[in-house]
Amino acid sequence: MSGSATLERVEKLRQSKILREVQDKDTVAMFEDPLENDMILNMGPQHPATHGVLRVLLRLDGETVVKCIPELGYLHRGFEKIAENSTYHEFIPHTDRLDYISPLSNNVAICMAIEKAAGISVPERAVWIRMLVCELARISSHLLAMGATSMDVGAMTVFLWTFTEREKQYDLFERICGARFTTSYARIGGVANDIADDVMRDIRVWLNQLPERMSEVERLVNRNRIFVDRMAGTGYIPAEKAIALGLTGSTLRGSGVARDLRRDEPYMFYDQVEFDVITRNDGDCYSRYIVRNLEIWESMKICHQCLDKLEAMPRTPVLSDTQPQSVVSRKAEIYTKMEDLINDFMIINFGTMPPKGETYTAIESPKGELGFFIVSDGTGQPWKLKIRSPSSSNLQALKYMAEGSMVSDVVAIIGSIDPVMGEADK
Amino acid sequence: MALSNNDIIQVAKAVAADVSVVEHHGDLTLVVKAADLLDVLYELKDNPRTTFNLLIDITAIDWAKPGERYEVVYFLSSLANAARLRVKVGVHEDALHLPTSVDVWEAANWYERETYDMYGIIFDGHPDLRRFYMPEDFMDEHGTPLYPLRKDFPLMGIPGSLPLPPKD
Repeated sequence: MSGSATLERVEKLRQSKILREVQDKDTVAMFEDPLENDMILNMGPQHPATHGVLRVLLRLDGETVVKCIPELGYLHRGFEKIAENSTYHEFIPHTDRLDYISPLSNNVAICMAIEKAAGISVPERAVWIRMLVCELARISSHLLAMGATSMDVGAMTVFLWTFTEREKQYDLFERICGARFTTSYARIGGVANDIADDVMRDIRVWLNQLPERMSEVERLVNRNRIFVDRMAGTGYIPAEKAIALGLTGSTLRGSGVARDLRRDEPYMFYDQVEFDVITRNDGDCYSRYIVRNLEIWESMKICHQCLDKLEAMPRTPVLSDTQPQSVVSRKAEIYTKMEDLINDFMIINFGTMPPKGETYTAIESPKGELGFFIVSDGTGQPWKLKIRSPSSSNLQALKYMAEGSMVSDVVAIIGSIDPVMGEADK
Repeated sequence: MALSNNDIIQVAKAVAADVSVVEHHGDLTLVVKAADLLDVLYELKDNPRTTFNLLIDITAIDWAKPGERYEVVYFLSSLANAARLRVKVGVHEDALHLPTSVDVWEAANWYERETYDMYGIIFDGHPDLRRFYMPEDFMDEHGTPLYPLRKDFPLMGIPGSLPLPPKD
């Protein structure tokens, strides 16, 4: 086949299926009354309000959305294929690039999944540190969600204010683990390093000034007439529909379903801390926004409790040393002890080897239920590793929420679902 | 009353005789036959004892062996019981067909599209079975569609399988 003919065939195929879907085969061009014409609008993948590279095809009747088709895959990097070809330890940095707004909780999730598959126990102090960084990541993610949603509907200031707080957080992350964005902080069997005393003190200082900043934001938009008019009543989804569409996380709790894995299937030490599961019953963009807003306050509570525990606890090791065949040794020991050097050599070459079997581990990530399904064949590389990404399944509700609403509401709805395309596209 | 694994197995066995049970690290998995699949899924969702009303995910496993090469996995969760369950069904290499579960849970729509995209398993009756991540024309030079998560697909990809847009 000649080159140009192939390209023509490819171009036709590429366009035909999606066009057929959006047109529903019944588009009739009527020119008697120009107002009766349907229009197909291609929103994204390069659109600032789609939070990344989400492409949404909209079929419009005037300003009303008749049909809405989200198209994913513009950021597909094949992480599941990469995982099958790398050791478990090597895959941890890739999880930073999933939900790049809250890499710390992704690191914790993958390490918990590997630990469950391999039966590795984690020292108590490391678990408290993991909880602390998970909640910091949740605050970071929800701050971004609040700011971006507000900016999408026109309130620019909130975005700047929440980003100021996130900037301070990134400075703290840098001091916790050495990286601002791609943290890779958790390790199989613990965390990379303990948190220094002065950093813990500064986390506390930051947490203490956050309520005032939050109140400023809340005073600015939460009862603002323009903001509430844009958000309340748009993107409505009832609880039964939200469950049927497989929503999780804040998006589901905004429809009045109190499902929070931290409470329902407590992992780490979430059963030992006090917090409330926030729900709102309206199921619209505004209630999802409020749920995220109030969850920041709950996360602050959990952070304070974790810091109390960590400060009262002796500085014991934060990496498991009961299973030397599965856990990468600490650097100081590799350089001074022969056994650890051999062990490190074996682990880097062959990896952690969980017994044969299939396990699924999920955590309540800021976006929803983030799960890892590991199929182990007994070797150091997973036979299959499936990422259950909350962003992609939450986006499935976009079609239901957007159809019948105005075209300008679509940006508010995408903002209230809070997808991160790095995670949705894997 | 908490839902025990025995209850789940009983409910499933009431509608399908051929159900085998696998337990690993506390995760319960039911392995069913393709003919019983929809009956079991409907029963697990609608039975008031189990009420698995939230479909978490669907994926497939490529075992790279002749015969029943693929297994499709359904991840179920129950909101009322805070319970989890996986249902697995084998798919033969020569007949890559399964009935769709979109009528049971709407969420299956995208999950099945993703499984089709990555493994080429066709869900009969699916309303819109298109590629999910990969482009529609993802095929080799002979026009055979490519499915990237199959074990025979090379990690580096296949040169020329993703043509760039034409130059002006």
